[in-house]
Amino acid sequence: MKKEMDEKKKVGVFVCHCGRNIAQTVDIEKLMEKVREKYDVELVEDNMYMCSDPGQNLLKESIQAKNLNRVIVAACSRDMHEPTFRSAAQEAGLNPYLVEIANIREQVSWVHDDKEKATEKASKIIGSTIEKVIRDEPLEPLKIPVVQRALVIGGGIAGIQAALDIADAGYEVTLVEKSPTIGGHMAQLAETFPTLDCSQCILTPKMVAVSRHPKINLLTTSEVVSVDGYVGNFKVQIRKNPRYVDVDKCNLCDDCTAVCPVVVHDEYNQSLSPRKAIYIPFPQAVPASYVIDEETCLGIDPLICSKCKDVCLVEAINFDMQPEIIEEEFGAIIVATGYDTYPIENIGEYGYGAHPDIISGLDFERLLSANGPTQGVIRRPSDGKVPKTVVFVHCAGSRDPAKHLPYCSKICCMYSTKHALQYKHLVHDGTAINFYIDVRTAGKDYEEFYKRAAEEEKVIYVRGKVSEIIEDGDQLLVKAVDTLLGEAVEVHADLVVLATGLVPSKGTQEISHLLKLSCDSKGFLKEAHPKLKPVESALSGIFIAGTASGPKDIPETVSQASGAAAKAATILASEFLEREPQIAQVDPTTCGLCHTCINVCPYGAIYLDEGVGRITVREALCEGCGSCAAACPSGSIELKNSTSEGIRARIKALLQG
Amino acid sequence: MSTSKQEQESGIKNPNPKIVLFLCRWCSGKGADLAGTSRLNYPPNVLPIMVNCTSRIDPRFIVEAFLDGADGVLVTGCHFGDCHYKTGNYKAYRRLSLVAKLLKQVGVNPKRFRLTWISATEATKFVKVTTEMVEDLKKLPPYWSDENGGNSDE
Amino acid sequence: MEVIVMNKLKVAVALGATCAGCDVAILDLNEKILDVIEIVDFVFWPTAMDFKLDDLKALKDGEVDVGLYHGAIGTEEDEEIAKILRKKSKIVVAFGACANFGGIPSLTNMPYESKMFDVVYKESPSTSNPEGTLPQKETEIEGTKLTLPGIRKRADSLNSVIDVDYYVPGCPPMVPLIEQVVDVLRVFVEKGTLPPKGAVIAGQDTLCKECGRTKPETISYKEFVSPQEVKEIDPDLCLLSQGILCLGPATRSGCGALCTKMNVGCRGCLGPTDKVDDHGLKMISALTSLLEVEHEEEYTEEDFDKLLEKIPDPLGTFYRFTYGVSMISKLHPDKEE
Repeated sequence: MKKEMDEKKKVGVFVCHCGRNIAQTVDIEKLMEKVREKYDVELVEDNMYMCSDPGQNLLKESIQAKNLNRVIVAACSRDMHEPTFRSAAQEAGLNPYLVEIANIREQVSWVHDDKEKATEKASKIIGSTIEKVIRDEPLEPLKIPVVQRALVIGGGIAGIQAALDIADAGYEVTLVEKSPTIGGHMAQLAETFPTLDCSQCILTPKMVAVSRHPKINLLTTSEVVSVDGYVGNFKVQIRKNPRYVDVDKCNLCDDCTAVCPVVVHDEYNQSLSPRKAIYIPFPQAVPASYVIDEETCLGIDPLICSKCKDVCLVEAINFDMQPEIIEEEFGAIIVATGYDTYPIENIGEYGYGAHPDIISGLDFERLLSANGPTQGVIRRPSDGKVPKTVVFVHCAGSRDPAKHLPYCSKICCMYSTKHALQYKHLVHDGTAINFYIDVRTAGKDYEEFYKRAAEEEKVIYVRGKVSEIIEDGDQLLVKAVDTLLGEAVEVHADLVVLATGLVPSKGTQEISHLLKLSCDSKGFLKEAHPKLKPVESALSGIFIAGTASGPKDIPETVSQASGAAAKAATILASEFLEREPQIAQVDPTTCGLCHTCINVCPYGAIYLDEGVGRITVREALCEGCGSCAAACPSGSIELKNSTSEGIRARIKALLQG
Repeated sequence: MSTSKQEQESGIKNPNPKIVLFLCRWCSGKGADLAGTSRLNYPPNVLPIMVNCTSRIDPRFIVEAFLDGADGVLVTGCHFGDCHYKTGNYKAYRRLSLVAKLLKQVGVNPKRFRLTWISATEATKFVKVTTEMVEDLKKLPPYWSDENGGNSDE
Repeated sequence: MEVIVMNKLKVAVALGATCAGCDVAILDLNEKILDVIEIVDFVFWPTAMDFKLDDLKALKDGEVDVGLYHGAIGTEEDEEIAKILRKKSKIVVAFGACANFGGIPSLTNMPYESKMFDVVYKESPSTSNPEGTLPQKETEIEGTKLTLPGIRKRADSLNSVIDVDYYVPGCPPMVPLIEQVVDVLRVFVEKGTLPPKGAVIAGQDTLCKECGRTKPETISYKEFVSPQEVKEIDPDLCLLSQGILCLGPATRSGCGALCTKMNVGCRGCLGPTDKVDDHGLKMISALTSLLEVEHEEEYTEEDFDKLLEKIPDPLGTFYRFTYGVSMISKLHPDKEE
């Protein structure tokens, strides 16, 4: 390399007429004369259209005939034909990174009319470009080897879909889920809008497909503990928490729950019903196995009770299981850690979640579900009676920048409409009243669904916010306003369902710290670009799918999951990733390890290699922005082919050339 | 270059100011190119240097431009939130704002150094900014002329 | 350079516009000065011994082996002395920040310096000078003509008036640096070899390595605070990360990080590394890059402007010692409109 940089630079300058586009304003002959006179160049040629075959042949022949080792094409913007000329040069045996474009069309001939001044400016631009090209080093694109395996974090519908798509594409996938079963919140839903499909019916086939797929490694009761590395080469540590039940032996006989003495709230049923310390989350859980709740079981260190073990005929229970940490490598990661709902305990005006008959939307889903606490019969949690008047409160704790969530969660109008509709199906003589601010039905067939609820099922929609809900005897007094009539409204309800919005799940918060993913001000994961890169994160090789990046409905979640899977597969498809080589380099002699560059890099591409005590640039992550080079207080970082000294020479050439 | 009587009467002290323009390769570079494809017109006093990102601009480039003979320096980049390299323009803004403060402290007329954001579609803004700056600098003496108190021998 | 030394090295210490801190710094070697005397003979050192300028002039050209010069070139006499030292010395060393960079005296090179005399002799609050008397180069008292050296238009570094062989920065060069110089002299005496001409006798890298404080995972401060404003300065953590202004990242190492060990942010008196021409601009670039970098995406331009208002006097802060050789100082002020 040094020999190549030391040899005399033979620069060839090729000026394009671009028909009359450039030639009309820039005096080509005069320009070529100026360049020959003022600069040390080997040859100056021109052509009507440099990008045409004759133009490119001129380029190639000149390189070979004159042994040119640097080339400048003075023509249109580099966005147009830089790759064209670089390929042509490469065909003639010249390293493509030794070819530079001088824009004398978009930035000279098309915007100025004084011929003399335009020609002078073109000459200066060429002079400045010469200063760059003689300092350019021949470079090779960087080849980063790729581990052709993907990691999906989160086993809800987004994670499930992504894992299936990647596995179907032929790649190994590890799906990590921290709870004992996959399925996420979708497994808690009764029916989905607008089709009123049974949620379990459409979800469980996918869950089973995951468990059966030869390329999917399913790890439940597991969590990602640390992530190191970069795109193509992530090194991940996963902790497999003990289930205390052997998945392969358990035959779902249910003898254990009968004898377990510990009774706790059932999270799957939103604490509306009990379960034992040994349990199966729901009958269709995947993997199909029971699990012991470590926190409440009396058999795990110390061994006080072992009744379940005593009755288990297949000897599936083992209190001595230990957590295991495994380390694996992946080429791409998909984060699908889902949502939680806004806690009704935060909403003071609606009772702080203290009253049993003021429940959340997700609670109502469990009441609606056939495998729920009330076997699909709508009953008041307080006394088990069937409610005759149910109030559905839209925007509970949403669109309220003063006290609660400032944003709209997109799906609550639809699910409240669905709830009202489902209630009316089950309780024909019941009254459903929905208090709303707006009814947002922006999806396919959503407006029709709303119309059906309002017109066919006679759900009553009142435009107005509910200001307060208080206990009144064994009913609830709902105070609201009807803004269309301009009147205060009071309703005595038997049951109130608060349509709460979505918030980032606890898992999302944890994973964002681990992976150093940025979050927006609401805590949702941030996409690389909200419009054009909705499933990519700012970090190369890490993708986002589903509600982890913001509230959305199931079709959008599934689309994102497939999109993220496609993006991940693009990385996994090749053995090597090729990256542009104009990256940053550190000179350790003057580097004082001040860490400025580490903190400035938008991609986290710079780190301190403690082993050798040097600041090092991760070639796979550096995008070549140069922020580190400008910030480095000791002048120890430079960008390949864009050095400070080079830029200074270019400035000088523009002003004095 | 001496000014004609006519130019002096119209307040022109420098008929041909030289402005070094640092533009980023992405938004503002494309905006400048769009000015070309749209055949808009601006003065040829603007001499461009393209960098990948405004965050590449070391403050010394600005000072060097003046020392090499520029009458003005213009930096254009992407709007906040649009930077191709995510956060380069935020850093550029902070750095160059303090440099502007420093330049003011040493007495350089603030009209000579501008930082502005141009998106890929803002060709007209690009033309407006460059034209305005040239007009402003025509009314100031050349940075290195004797009458301006500046003399490279000092 | 071939110099064959049989006897002790003849060393001269000359001064320009100086505070004499550099002289005291040499004496700070304490008992180690005795080691120095073993290999060195001071043939001129007015501050420490009884020498006058005529003694320097009387030496033969090239008789002095190593001539140290400290202080900026502020008056015409400073320039004269520098030139005499150059003539009489085989090797000239720019000693201290003033000789290296112009130092604090060079801050008078700020724009509108013609006002310096007005400020010092007429306008400052503690001055009573009703007749507006200003210093003159010449005056007559009772028939005798008295002269004063003229004050130059700019206070400059040593290498702007003579050819300099080596540079020892620092305000003053601290004992660890002076010990390095002594080592260089010792090697010269024993082996006859010297570092390449133009070398800076200090570290090649920057202070952070030498400082030893821990760098936290993220460095992103909101504003600068004075050490006294901080309730409790963490003695192990990087000062800059605690919001205390420290020019260490941009400044050469070699001084033993004496200031940062005492919870005082580095002021940059050893100047920049070889790669950097303008110390202040580089530090400005680094510091503003780290200002709220962790949360920068939440900021508007107005927010940033407010933050930057809190950075006092960029010129005085970042150019305290190096203004004389800075690029910024070569800019001139626009005529006021």
